[in-house]
Amino acid sequence: MKISGAKLFVKALQEEGVDTLFAYPGGMAIDLFDALYGETAFRVVLPRHEQGLVHAADGYARATGRTGVCLVTSGPGATNLVTGIATANYDSVPLVCFTGQVPTHLIGNDAFQEVDIVGICRSICKYAVTVRSRDDLGRIIKEAFYIARTGKPGPVLVDFPKDIQLALGSDEYPQEVSIRGYKPSTGVHMGQLKKAAAMLAAAKRPLFLAGGGVNIARGGDALRRVAEACGAPVVTTIMGKGALPYNHPLYIGNMGMHGNIAANTAVSECDLLFSVGTRFNDRITGKLSEFAKGAQIVHIDIDAASISRNIVVDVPIVADAREALEKLAEILPPAKAERGGWVQRLQSLRAEKPLVMDGGGAVTPKDVIEAINAQFDEPIVTTDVGQNQLWTTQFLQVKGQGKLLTSGGLGTMGYGLPAAIGAKLGCPDRPVVCIAGDGGFQMNEQELATAVCEELPVTICIFNNSYLGNVRQWQEMFFGGKYSCTCLRKRASCGAWCSNPNAQCPPYVPDFVKLAQSYGIEGIRVTDRAQIAEAFARAKANTKAPTLIEFIVERESNVLPIVPGGNALSEMVTEYKKEGK
Amino acid sequence: MSDVMKKRWLSLYVENDVGVLAKIAGLFSGKSYNLLSLTVGETEDSTVSRMTISLLGDDKTFEQIKKQLNRSVEVIKVLDFTDLPIHKKEILFIKLRALKKDEIEEVMRSAQVFGVNVCDYEKNALIIESLKTESENDELLKYYKKYYLTRMEAVRGGSVAVESVSRSER
Repeated sequence: MKISGAKLFVKALQEEGVDTLFAYPGGMAIDLFDALYGETAFRVVLPRHEQGLVHAADGYARATGRTGVCLVTSGPGATNLVTGIATANYDSVPLVCFTGQVPTHLIGNDAFQEVDIVGICRSICKYAVTVRSRDDLGRIIKEAFYIARTGKPGPVLVDFPKDIQLALGSDEYPQEVSIRGYKPSTGVHMGQLKKAAAMLAAAKRPLFLAGGGVNIARGGDALRRVAEACGAPVVTTIMGKGALPYNHPLYIGNMGMHGNIAANTAVSECDLLFSVGTRFNDRITGKLSEFAKGAQIVHIDIDAASISRNIVVDVPIVADAREALEKLAEILPPAKAERGGWVQRLQSLRAEKPLVMDGGGAVTPKDVIEAINAQFDEPIVTTDVGQNQLWTTQFLQVKGQGKLLTSGGLGTMGYGLPAAIGAKLGCPDRPVVCIAGDGGFQMNEQELATAVCEELPVTICIFNNSYLGNVRQWQEMFFGGKYSCTCLRKRASCGAWCSNPNAQCPPYVPDFVKLAQSYGIEGIRVTDRAQIAEAFARAKANTKAPTLIEFIVERESNVLPIVPGGNALSEMVTEYKKEGK
Repeated sequence: MSDVMKKRWLSLYVENDVGVLAKIAGLFSGKSYNLLSLTVGETEDSTVSRMTISLLGDDKTFEQIKKQLNRSVEVIKVLDFTDLPIHKKEILFIKLRALKKDEIEEVMRSAQVFGVNVCDYEKNALIIESLKTESENDELLKYYKKYYLTRMEAVRGGSVAVESVSRSER
């Protein structure tokens, strides 16, 4: 039977088992939306901006482990996806993004709402392709889903011209994929793994470093078994958090720029760094020449290009994190050395120097995150980017995979709210909490409407310090306290430049509580620690709608400890006081 | 691994599709890799193109480039020709203008000595066609630039390379 390209598109989504489509219509996608009308096999969600749309699909994908699917129109619809595609690319999130396109005969004519979105996205996605013939449509969609979810997952863009949407062709959707230029690695090189296992058994101070790859591969359980079998401690990157439950006796915490002192000490002092699923970016390593200086390094990664790129490793193993760890568990010889002292030393270092925040009576982000730990049962927490994100990675107790969704690689402000919407759509039975700063929240606050209209009870926490706090912190610590364009209360009448927050500062805009009310939802302002628990209790009672809670936090709180850029991990700044305070 | 910058040769089998050249070229520019020359053309299989790329880089960067190319969906196969016996040739045209009679004669003689063809000829102008290795063409250019810099036009095609079938060294 002959069917239109639009009908085959809908059939393809059904066959791929898609349950949620994030979609925003427009002129060059209108035929696709016509074909979607009445669809019951999956839910079609209409966000309020394409950037929010793609972050929502990303949050859905991270929370569920399935592929997020986007559909937008050509031109601005497509370009609004760009930040979200790059965000997903840097954190290896499987997405398939369909963009409407002008008819093939108009491509290149600078037609209305025409952009070369494939050209724009080429360097920020795993694969991008324009459908140029109706005959290729089924194969291209099938390949897009396959490429997005296999190997190192990532976003795939399918540009879909209007004439192909309308053209009649086969109703067959292929079952098999064969791409000659794309063969994701499978299996594990056992020779290399045995070598790594022997090093692990012989090491006196072995350390596991788990990155986001462990979480993507859902390899936490295998990691736990291996770590327990050899009694070796585990540290995580921000993206690896949750790979080992927060309360596991072998878990030391996050390492890197804002890691805890025990975790960074562990990296500096270990004699074997057994790293899995991390690309050792600059936020992780600090000064490269000092990183894990005395250690041999084993590196397991699904992406050959991530191995020996930043850090030269002794034993490279190209493999899926879970598969490699499971195989390692089978062949691991008994440890030759006693590690009790090593783990104990790190744990006592961690206990000696706990991460603290002194709000001097005011609400601190730590108070809020600890209340989340106490009041929600294994929630999915999304963050924005900046101090809110770093505090979350420091204080949130994460247990398991897909529980902390954060833009780790690209660092995209505005990610938190839409990602929470996607996560709730994917995991309706789990509590979902978004932690955002007052700056980042405003980058996609229009998605409140989506949460309301989709009836999603997500709890939105805004840490309002009236600053772009992370940049302000750097300005305070490294730029002589000159708060250049980071104060969000500053008005023209304040004068050109100001670095002195005080009681006379103009009021904050917007009024987040009134903003929430304008969306018909409950907005709560928390100014005192005693109000935190009740605010969350009220949020939990709203089971059909989101709740917005604004926490007024101290304006100039800093994220500590910090490894200043370019320093070695051993050179952490743990305490800092502003001059004159 | 050596930090020494060295000239490398890569041969790529890629999909013969719109945008593949842009993808490969973009990968080099986006990651600040030093591309010296790139040629591309269809192979015996019309769905596949072959690229010959020469570049300058140290061992570590070169390894990374190969990995990045390998992970591109559009790239079917990456061959490292750097230390292999290969044949490589580049086409070079040199157009010389406003030549006096004795200069024409001189160019004709030099072409004979250098083993290159004069493929087009007018009273006071001619075109030299050279099919040689890149470095031989460099030398040739150097020679003609010495005498005719203001009256010449050089067009280089970039190298193409193929593995040797008989030689183990070259």
